[in-house]
Amino acid sequence: MIDLSTDCGGIKSPNPFWLASAPPSNSAYQNCKAFEAGWGGTVWKTIGGPVMNVCNRYGSLELNREKLVGINNVELISDRNIETNLKEIAETKRLWSDRAVVVSLMVESKKEAWQDIVKRTIDTGADGIELNYGCPHGMSERGMGAAVGQVPEYCKMITEWVTEVSSIPVLVKLTPNVTDIRFPARAVKQANADGIALINTINSIMGIDLDTLKILPSVAGKSSHGGFAGPAVKPIALHMVSQVANDPEVNLPISGVGGISTWRDAAEFILLGSSSVQICTAVMHYGFRIIDDLIEGLTNWMESKGFSTIDEIKGKALNQISDFGNFDLLHKTVARIDQGKCIHCNLCYISCEDAAHQAIDLKKVNGYNETTVKEEECVGCSLCALVCPVDECITMVRVDDESASKTWNELTSEFKDQGKPLTWENLAEFQKKYGIEIH
Amino acid sequence: MNRANKLTDEQYENNFEELTPPFTRNSAVSEAFRCLYCFDAPCIRACPTHIDIPTFIKKILTGNPLGSAKTIYESNWLALTCAKACPVDDLCEGACVLNEKGEKPIQIGRLQRYSVEYYLDSGKGNLFNKKSFNGKSVGIIGSGPAGLACGAELSLLGYKVEIYESDKVPGGLNTWGIAPYKTRQYDSLREVELIKNLGVTIHTCVTIGQTISFDELLNRHDAIFIGIGLGESENLDIPGENLKGVSGAVKLIKEIKKEKWSSIDIGRRVAVIGAGNTSIDAATNAKRLGAEEVTIIYRRSENEMPANNFEYELAKSDGIIFKFLTSPIEIIGNSSVEGLRCLKMELGEKDEHGRRKPVPVPNSEFEIPVDMVITALGQKFNAEFLELIPDIKISNRKLLVDTDTYQTGNPKVFAGGDCINGGKEVVNAAYDGKQAAHGIDRFLTNTP
Repeated sequence: MIDLSTDCGGIKSPNPFWLASAPPSNSAYQNCKAFEAGWGGTVWKTIGGPVMNVCNRYGSLELNREKLVGINNVELISDRNIETNLKEIAETKRLWSDRAVVVSLMVESKKEAWQDIVKRTIDTGADGIELNYGCPHGMSERGMGAAVGQVPEYCKMITEWVTEVSSIPVLVKLTPNVTDIRFPARAVKQANADGIALINTINSIMGIDLDTLKILPSVAGKSSHGGFAGPAVKPIALHMVSQVANDPEVNLPISGVGGISTWRDAAEFILLGSSSVQICTAVMHYGFRIIDDLIEGLTNWMESKGFSTIDEIKGKALNQISDFGNFDLLHKTVARIDQGKCIHCNLCYISCEDAAHQAIDLKKVNGYNETTVKEEECVGCSLCALVCPVDECITMVRVDDESASKTWNELTSEFKDQGKPLTWENLAEFQKKYGIEIH
Repeated sequence: MNRANKLTDEQYENNFEELTPPFTRNSAVSEAFRCLYCFDAPCIRACPTHIDIPTFIKKILTGNPLGSAKTIYESNWLALTCAKACPVDDLCEGACVLNEKGEKPIQIGRLQRYSVEYYLDSGKGNLFNKKSFNGKSVGIIGSGPAGLACGAELSLLGYKVEIYESDKVPGGLNTWGIAPYKTRQYDSLREVELIKNLGVTIHTCVTIGQTISFDELLNRHDAIFIGIGLGESENLDIPGENLKGVSGAVKLIKEIKKEKWSSIDIGRRVAVIGAGNTSIDAATNAKRLGAEEVTIIYRRSENEMPANNFEYELAKSDGIIFKFLTSPIEIIGNSSVEGLRCLKMELGEKDEHGRRKPVPVPNSEFEIPVDMVITALGQKFNAEFLELIPDIKISNRKLLVDTDTYQTGNPKVFAGGDCINGGKEVVNAAYDGKQAAHGIDRFLTNTP
């Protein structure tokens, strides 16, 4: 029996799938509809001080007919007043006691303002609070959102104000628009936060309409940077999640956010240390109904892999993350092409020939092009396998005898011990010893 | 003749509606996205004119349809007709690597049509730089695809080009020989117009040997290109061929191409003799004109049938009846056709082409009641006209040319299209014409 229930910093939910604080979690109607569909939790769209939104708010990155590969927005926090939101939050929590109702907050950087909104939120019966230190536009110019998230000292200060008065778990949502995500993460840890949510959206300009020359999205001819989200940001989010998860100075539960569309994405975030995952863009594209496949797909995968709880997979891939200096220089792979599967598109040939190491031959055999790897030229970069349109046609095969291994760190430390400077000549000598030829 | 009932205008238009509708911009881009952009792509090699297909498709994807059209026209001057009428299953689309991947091939013909029509609709002029006039002129006999392609290319190379066409409407078989559900006259005439706009002059209603002599043509021009195609449908050489209700397929399709559907009398029951692509055109057109029962009579079996699979499937879906291993021996009737007397055949030894030869089954004679017989056993070779030209050589009903330069035995005379290949596709003629233009240019500039 697979158990998808999770606990993220003391916030419990029957499954790890939460709506991210965003347009889909704007109202009681939407959150209740999502719970009806099966969502495990929600982070209520950020409530706070008075704002007004503009048209148009969104821009889409379309890639080869795929819509919303990325979406950016200049939308602000909830434009409904605090009272209405708090009333709806209380009502939603009353109806859905088993789901996680987390409320995202953002008010001006004053202790009274923060402590007041926190207290009022606790009164709704909500399960937790998420501090929005990420919104990169509109709010940041007013000293909120990313303006806080980009300065670790501010992160710490405001988080302290909140944790001082909060009787429910406090998550802090971080902005990725920083040089090193670990610094704000450490700051909120020091301020006693219960968990970290990341990433918020990335500063972006969506594009330019080449007919009108207007920057997208355009608000009556004016534009600005907006927050970028959606499938395109997933690799960046995965990296930041892993950085925070692996940092011994942080060591807090993580709610992973950023480009999660499918159960596969969710599994990856969990494997890199997330306790729950938050989803927005995929819901904006397809609606709450995607929860069915999120739950079923994750369950089936866990079953096939012999996992039964989220805790078993949480952070399971983190130990592979290492420094380049610890990679084995003698691990040697080459590309192998399965001629039976090859459809003769020759993309492996042209990519290797023009952009890699000229290691693939193109020969006419019975009127067909046949591509073969010159293994002695192949550097094992895997570009050919990545461009090949046929599944499992090109595989990277390990060809070293696994008898030796040497990392860069080991090599340079040996050089040091032997009194050899790091020169091209000394490196060449090492390469020669192991039959490595650089063309 | 026992005539089929006429249809309403609406029924005719429905019946002759184009088989493959155009792509919208949206659907074209979606289809273009499926293209893998192969390097040294098999589709390029499968196209007789070697259009750089992945490149023109990629340009659709990036929103550069004009550039896409230019890529197409770099290789093929009859790009619109080819896009709509090429047997793509046997050519580019048949070679698409996606077939091997177990997916549907890219709809290359339809994508080509998208880019070409985009260009033609755009009103943008010539896509290419023309060399300045070099003082030389070339005369072209026949305004079919070979002649048009040759003329267009020569015009860009700086020649004065004059095309002589015996019909009053130019375009040859592109105008008169393609089933209306594939292309209409309008399509062909758009291409003719494009080529005229390059500076090519077309003289219609001029028959060489009658209106002007071939010798005079030779005097007028520095070189001559012959793109006369083939002639009318071959005779059956059986009794009854002169009865009312017997027609050649070429002649019938030309009538149909005038698009005055109700003016064409078609039999209630129609037999089409032969099973090539033209036979299928004749049969499906007869059916679409209102014939109740159309039967294709072929003396060999389904396996030897020259019609390609697309055409065969089309005929079957139109309800055409196929009588294989059947050979007509007499058309019966008093003044008009009443029936067809046939013999059953069986396949014997292989002939010189490797095809098993049909031999009659003894005492197997039978009659099929029909009201009309359409002959479609290929087209006549125009030997009579070619005899006017000194020093040319003919072999096996083909005008012989150098495979590289398209020069005939007469150094000033070049040729291409159906008259040199015995009857192939528009795309082959388009290639021949373009290549011949370069052969002519090399000859006239003394470039080896």
